Amino acid sequence: MYSPKKEIQKGLIVVLPMIAVLFIFVYGFIFWSLRVSFSAWDGILPNMKFMGLSNYKTLFASQRFQTDLFNTFYFTLFFMGTCIIGGFILSYLLFSKLKGEAVFRTIYLFPLSLSFVVTGVLWRWVLSPEVGVNALFRMMGFPAEFGWFTSTESIAEFNLAVISLIIAASWQYLGYTMAMFLAGLRSIPDQIIESAKIDGAGEFRIIWNILIPMVKPITFSAMIVLGHISLKIFDLAYAMTGKGPAFVTDFPGLFMFETTFRGNNYAEGAAISIVMLLLVALVIIPYLYSIFRGEEV
Amino acid sequence: MRKSALIMLVLLFSIPALLFAAGEQELEEGKTLEIFSWWTAGGEAEGLQALIDVFNEKYPEIEVVNATVAGGAGTNAKAVLATRMQGGNPPDAFQVHAGHELIDTWVVSDYMEPVTFVLEDNGWLDVFPEDVIDIISYQGEVYSIPVNIHRSNVMWYNADILNEYGLSVPDSMDEFFEAAEELQKNGVTALALGDTNTWPATHLLASVILASTGPEKYKGLWEGTVDWSDSDVKEALENYAKMMDYVNSDHAALTNMDAAGYVAEGKAAMNVMGDWVAGYYMSQGYTQGEEWDWAPSPGTAGNFIMLSDSFGLTKNAPNRENVVKWLEVCASKEGQDAFNPIKGSIPARTDSDRSKYNSYQLAAMDDFSSDFIVPSLAHGSAVSEAWLTKINDVMSVFTTELDVDKAMKEFQSLAERYAPANK
Repeated sequence: MYSPKKEIQKGLIVVLPMIAVLFIFVYGFIFWSLRVSFSAWDGILPNMKFMGLSNYKTLFASQRFQTDLFNTFYFTLFFMGTCIIGGFILSYLLFSKLKGEAVFRTIYLFPLSLSFVVTGVLWRWVLSPEVGVNALFRMMGFPAEFGWFTSTESIAEFNLAVISLIIAASWQYLGYTMAMFLAGLRSIPDQIIESAKIDGAGEFRIIWNILIPMVKPITFSAMIVLGHISLKIFDLAYAMTGKGPAFVTDFPGLFMFETTFRGNNYAEGAAISIVMLLLVALVIIPYLYSIFRGEEV
Repeated sequence: MRKSALIMLVLLFSIPALLFAAGEQELEEGKTLEIFSWWTAGGEAEGLQALIDVFNEKYPEIEVVNATVAGGAGTNAKAVLATRMQGGNPPDAFQVHAGHELIDTWVVSDYMEPVTFVLEDNGWLDVFPEDVIDIISYQGEVYSIPVNIHRSNVMWYNADILNEYGLSVPDSMDEFFEAAEELQKNGVTALALGDTNTWPATHLLASVILASTGPEKYKGLWEGTVDWSDSDVKEALENYAKMMDYVNSDHAALTNMDAAGYVAEGKAAMNVMGDWVAGYYMSQGYTQGEEWDWAPSPGTAGNFIMLSDSFGLTKNAPNRENVVKWLEVCASKEGQDAFNPIKGSIPARTDSDRSKYNSYQLAAMDDFSSDFIVPSLAHGSAVSEAWLTKINDVMSVFTTELDVDKAMKEFQSLAERYAPANK
């Protein structure tokens, strides 16, 4: 006899080990980190004396962490912006029957197969102030003074050195958003576009009033994926620039790594990682919320 | 067909597991020695192998497991080491910078066993200079065996460039600034710096501080008995800030080795870096006396800022007896003379076989036996890792903003937090 209740029980038994592992190694350790971030653990030996928010206070007072937060904010903003706008433009070009679509699609998707470490090393060479693109421009007779990732200029707390990282990261993820948008555009029924054309709508009108609204859910998921990549960025900055002069290319991930594993200051390191977790949660929780709400309807 | 492919896949994935399991079984208690280091490249790795060869010759029955972790000038290795030590799975012997890096991290937290007896039993306490024994000791006990010595306060210069502009090798900070001014007028970069990893800036600062303070105050600074607001220290910080006017514009994009290369390639006149640079120049085939030459960094003649790689004895080392044998090989004349000529460093012992060393090393050995020896800041001898990490952060900002007062205040507050005298 088929009994749904029994099936559920069986299912539970099967997934139970996985759930246990998840709770111990993910949620358990998140709480452990939280606890450590309130402690006085500075050095190899654990010291769990409760210190309240003092680690967070030192953290937010430090120039390095303040710079990190601004860097994260601007990096996320421009990385997302470039990928989403650029990705949409590319996908539209492919969508409107560009010749050699398969070739371009492959070219744009290729960088995605690399790891951020490879991308970082590569772009470090390209943007190195004396030997990279600057040298190329100088050869062609243009002045090229911009120091790329070594530049210490900033506009409204936006360190211009971060531009180099935005270029590298966008180069890698442009193909990804393009592929997502392309799939989205392909799923729009032809009739809608055809009838709009018959009604006399121009190309921009179709893009603005039909295509963009129709791919909105995709834009949303792309933002989530890109957002969580950029908020916890570590490998790209580590391989490409390091923390940079006066932290112009520093991110909380690098700061956390150095504080914890070089300085052995586990409490402050845990505080940094908790702040990072909160930043990512800011992006992920609304997304999860909307998904669950969508399922219930 | 599909099923067999699946089975193949499963087999493929299980091969590493099988190999690993077999490897574990081979490690019999008492017959092995695991040496943990970050010596993975070039001369370092070959030097370590030479040292292991000496060990194998003496103790053929002991299998040496050479556990290296590559990358990041030891940062990655240190992270792995911390995990293993805290997890109760210490390696038998591990590489560590002699001095506070070892003491403040591992000795104070009671993970290490003193190794004074290794030196005492063999009558070797006298063959290591007293200053060195001082640096590797904590509360009267020696905690690690130094296998090599590097000198930090060395200025590398392009002899051809200095000759071309009729400049003598500067041996005080004033002479350095005069020479730098002259070079800059002629469009030559006076000082090469490659601080993309920040520590080369800290490295330079240590030499500049020593030039202003002399050895006693220099040591006091790291013990917490000398204030950062001291007029000599302040002068040093001002000198450092002034030096930044003469460095290459792309210093933040270069590594320390790139910067050393600038000197030999004629792109810059001078560079302050540790004496591993000599080995680099020689391996690249540059000629001493033309493309490169060396002098103590300006104002530090008669002083020797040392750093040293060493091995210690962990409590609960799985093969304690073998580690003691290993430490004896490390401290022996034979071991030191096998390792150092290849690594490009000098032996920590003062009685080694001089015929095995090149001209730079011989000169450094002479200075080592006659100079004041002080610990290096940027390489873990003078201060703890925690303090050094924060000092590097201050340097990253100081090198960019050149704000002497701000840097001084921050250095002072770090000293109050971390210096031994304030604990």
